[in-house]
Amino acid sequence: MTVDTNLLKSSLLASVVIALCLSNASYAQLTTFQLQQWLNSPAASSHVGNIAGNAKAGALPYRRFCVGCHGELGDGNGENAVWFTTPMYAQPRNFQLAIFKCRSTPTGTLPTDQDLFDTITRGMDRSNMPQWNTFTKEERANLVAWIKHYSPRWQTEKAGTPIQIPPKPEITPERVKAGQAVFARMQCYKCHGVQGMANGPSASTLTDDLNQPIAAFNFTDGSRPKCGSTDTDIYRIFMTGLDGTPMPSFVDNIKPEEAWDLVFYLRSLQPHNAYNAKEKEIAHQLGLKPVDPNAPPAQ
Amino acid sequence: MKQQRSRALAAISAILVLVGLGALVIGQKANAAGEGKISGTVKLDGTAPHMRGIDMSKDPFCDKAHANNPAHSENVVVGNGNGLGNVVLYISEGLSANDLNAKSTQVPVFDQKNCMYTPHVLAMDVGQDFKVETSDATAHNIHPEPNPLTGNIPWNQSQPPGAPPVTKSWKTPEMIHVKCNIHPWMSGWFAVVKGPFATTDENGSYTIQNVPPGSYTVTAWQETYGTQTAKVTVAAGAAATADFTFKAK
Repeated sequence: MTVDTNLLKSSLLASVVIALCLSNASYAQLTTFQLQQWLNSPAASSHVGNIAGNAKAGALPYRRFCVGCHGELGDGNGENAVWFTTPMYAQPRNFQLAIFKCRSTPTGTLPTDQDLFDTITRGMDRSNMPQWNTFTKEERANLVAWIKHYSPRWQTEKAGTPIQIPPKPEITPERVKAGQAVFARMQCYKCHGVQGMANGPSASTLTDDLNQPIAAFNFTDGSRPKCGSTDTDIYRIFMTGLDGTPMPSFVDNIKPEEAWDLVFYLRSLQPHNAYNAKEKEIAHQLGLKPVDPNAPPAQ
Repeated sequence: MKQQRSRALAAISAILVLVGLGALVIGQKANAAGEGKISGTVKLDGTAPHMRGIDMSKDPFCDKAHANNPAHSENVVVGNGNGLGNVVLYISEGLSANDLNAKSTQVPVFDQKNCMYTPHVLAMDVGQDFKVETSDATAHNIHPEPNPLTGNIPWNQSQPPGAPPVTKSWKTPEMIHVKCNIHPWMSGWFAVVKGPFATTDENGSYTIQNVPPGSYTVTAWQETYGTQTAKVTVAAGAAATADFTFKAK
């Protein structure tokens, strides 16, 4: 009789412990069984150009190179994350939420595998995320496949449709001037300042989605944009916006051809670099003055 | 013979008309049964907290718009008789799946006006389209902050002066905070609920329309004070009452 009660008690205890373990598992933390199931499914892959990434092959490099910041659960809470205290250094990305800055897709949608691959390759300027171009392309594609298992969103949502980028037109003085008009009309200066020095009236109060202070991009100090330095990257940055930050999407308010004009004007704000010789020269010849926020809007 | 036939025809048509009328009457009755409502007032018990004034001097447009009418924070809006405004009331228990599936085709509007959100709290049904507009000659960005793991995904869109409205909807019930990064004082809510709902006016009165008869739990949500619930029974075609009182902190 006593043996029976003991058995009952211990089995009850065991079931409680099991239940607790299960409920403790966060939404994104798959059980070993679920993870195995997922790893054997077609979803556990990535497609970057003609390279197919495999999640299983990404698990080990993630543990070795990424876990320190992004954490075992992919929640951006690795052991190093507590040291990311300077406002300049954003917290490590939380893969469970799957909110990403650098996307070719509309705001509020998941990025493409290529977008994630490019971020790993490029690293994030002015952050603790280094360039991982020491990995082969296959290794980077494997990591893309692996990090996707951290968020349930990859199981229920598809990546957004990348925005269309028309071919870059020729840079002309008219276009640089028109770009400045777009800059004025969209009121980019509110955060980025009239000269692109990140000193607009709203710059000092900007916060990211974790309510951490965040700086607007300074075009004039030689920094590289976080989501890439090429003309196409800049086009994409303001059209899709950087989700998780104050930078909104402008795709509904800037027409594709106007967007190229804006790219040319933004280039002229940057110090001389490998990309902007022509824009700088045109702006110089035009004698472009910074926009005047108090000027009546040109309609 | 001929007479008989016509008499039979008359009888049949009379029956048909009667049946038709009966169906109409029953149908009307079924409709009338759906016309119950829940109304009441929401009050604040205690002194209303001080709503700090907003310094808009960083944006000349906003500052000018409030030159004669300084703006105040709107976390707690108290009107006549200590009535609480901007409280969302919805039926949290008791609605049938059918009632929950009935979707409103109205498209509520959330306006950015004089650098404040109008209304401060916009209630809506799950899956119901709503519009974000701007009346301002200054740029805004509209940036809701839902928890992406609920199924509501955050987004962030610019709305420069003259921008077209943004039409969106939400997938699951959630009280979603909305902000503008350009104007850090701008703070509003999308109250996404399932089924019929109402928002209190500035004096704390509300009416939830189109409530089918039944027993329900009504929840009142206020952004600073949280939620309260009350049990209500709605009779066919009648109005039920549910009053709430939130304690000032």
